[in-house]
Amino acid sequence: MKMLQALLEWVDARFPLTKMWKEHLSEYYAPKNFNFWYYFGSLALLVLVIQIVTGIVLTMSYKPDATLAFASVEYIMRDVNWGWFIRYMHSTGASAFFLVVYLHMYRGMMYGSYKKPRELLWIFGVLIYLALMAEAFFGYLLPWGQMSYWGAQVIVNLFSAVPFIGEKLSIWIRGDFVISDATLNRFFAFHVIALPFVLAGLVVAHILALHEVGSSNPDGIEIKKHKDANGIPLDGIPFHPYYTVKDIVGVVVFLAFFFAVVFFAPEMGGYFIEHPNFEAANPLKTPEHIAPVWYFTPFYAMLRAVPPMFNSQFPGVIVMGAAIVVLFFLPWIDRSPVKSIRYRGLCFKLALWIFVISFIVLGYLGTQPTTDMKKLLAQIFTTVYFLYFVALWIIPKFEKTKPVPERVTFK
Amino acid sequence: MKKIITVCVLLLAPLTVLASGDGMHNLSAEIDLNNKASLQRGAKMFVNYCLSCHSAAAMRYNRLSSDLGLTPSQVEKNLIFTADFSKEDLGEPTKIGSQMKVALRPGDAKTMFGTAVPDLSVVSRARGADWLYTYLMTFYLDDSRPSGVNNQRFPNVGMPHVLWELEGLKKPVYETHQIEGHDHKVIVGFETVVPGKLSKVEYADAVRDLVNYMAYMGEPAQLVRYSVGLGVMFFLFILFIVAYALKKEYWKDIH
Repeated sequence: MKMLQALLEWVDARFPLTKMWKEHLSEYYAPKNFNFWYYFGSLALLVLVIQIVTGIVLTMSYKPDATLAFASVEYIMRDVNWGWFIRYMHSTGASAFFLVVYLHMYRGMMYGSYKKPRELLWIFGVLIYLALMAEAFFGYLLPWGQMSYWGAQVIVNLFSAVPFIGEKLSIWIRGDFVISDATLNRFFAFHVIALPFVLAGLVVAHILALHEVGSSNPDGIEIKKHKDANGIPLDGIPFHPYYTVKDIVGVVVFLAFFFAVVFFAPEMGGYFIEHPNFEAANPLKTPEHIAPVWYFTPFYAMLRAVPPMFNSQFPGVIVMGAAIVVLFFLPWIDRSPVKSIRYRGLCFKLALWIFVISFIVLGYLGTQPTTDMKKLLAQIFTTVYFLYFVALWIIPKFEKTKPVPERVTFK
Repeated sequence: MKKIITVCVLLLAPLTVLASGDGMHNLSAEIDLNNKASLQRGAKMFVNYCLSCHSAAAMRYNRLSSDLGLTPSQVEKNLIFTADFSKEDLGEPTKIGSQMKVALRPGDAKTMFGTAVPDLSVVSRARGADWLYTYLMTFYLDDSRPSGVNNQRFPNVGMPHVLWELEGLKKPVYETHQIEGHDHKVIVGFETVVPGKLSKVEYADAVRDLVNYMAYMGEPAQLVRYSVGLGVMFFLFILFIVAYALKKEYWKDIH
């Protein structure tokens, strides 16, 4: 014991180990009234770790080569010991990541966590979401199945819709005139090196920003306003051990759902692993119906909803991009001084629910082949999606909010 | 290349994304992966009838012994009919650890059938067991096709009716339906022309065995993943009780 103490002192004199432990865990004070919605941040971190660890193991047997890639995935599924388990964790992890991140973002929108002083924290979060989308997109090409191939073809062609330079731009991205071995190799590089670095860096920035301003809570009030004689927030409790032990419970429940999918329904009815992706990529045979994986379908529905103008799909691309870019401005669009949905008026509640419904409906429409009716629906709900941000700007002008409590409450 | 890009741009246009609605319902294969005898019979069917043209290169023969309850020598004597040409020009006997490959060269396949013959390793996962079962049950006589047969599930398929000896040959019974003012000939049933070695029921069972085997071959891990999953669920349940008790203990003073 004495030896360990001496070792720790030796380290602390050279590296801020104890200082960091205190700052970020044992003396980081989080509000004591976190509810169900506050599990998803730590779960997102867990899924990131799962993805990195399983990804490293997959990389050991995967071949980023157009002639070998498809077979190497099946090799992992059969000949590598427990390869199927690692691969299903990775494929399920991709969907789980988005599910957890969507719930995490919804929490932020519900309790106004993006508002002052957490604007930068929110922006880092949106950047993580963007990087995650890129990571998922690059990774989806790697199994080199029909959906991998044609999905990538469709997405890269979005860039060819850019006026004037589009054609050249898309060739530059692919490294070829079509999706090919060159594209597979560079996507592999992005998927296993470039974006994981970006993601990890952004996650560190996200957490540092969080610990600088402190966590918000379901009441949307600042616990730092009321401190005791030692400068500790009265409504705060040390993250460790209180939230570490609480998050372990969340982790176990999450893993139960996660492994239920991994072991009992890894394809998730074609939503997590699409059936056409069990056919090797064939540049000469377009699948009857190309649909991205579920987490991209809301944006895909928006893309298809916008009719081409001047013979160009570019307006659709703009709308799709705007749907994500608008999130960056959320802290300044919502001008209500009240953060939490608990103390806001009915208008805000309705607006948020309608927004969520529109996102889910768009997600469904994106998985479906288009009909006139479905196209019209997609146009309506795309409009509703954007109207939410307009409503958020207008509502505070006439909204009657409820009085916000001074101290946190348990509900 | 231009064509492919045009096709993609067209695919982006909302109205041109077509539904795959061919309107035909699959028959139910009712396979059972726990039925080892069925899997063994299916493997026998597969190596005898399919593995002459179709490879299953993701699969290795020794997997058949470890997964289907056969001894390695049973597999070697009864299920390996191919030669391995990878090292010697004249070929040597395929070893039990080898992949399930075929001697048919892709170029020859193109000349013979007009198309490359697909590898069947994961076809059950791309198409589904019911689709495969329906496909193998709905070959019918059609003089307009080079092979003399056509298929209801996969119209104008290049593959001949390889199982005709077992099933016999049948011709379709048509009914004329009016769809949007046009007459459509619809196949409503089949009529046996030449009886096969097996009765109708026996043939259906044989195809079910074959599809069962192919469903297994698509993902051999299915044989273990359910039971491993149950163990993991049980472990997580116990861990939940412990984790929840720990949380309760730490949080009892927080109000």
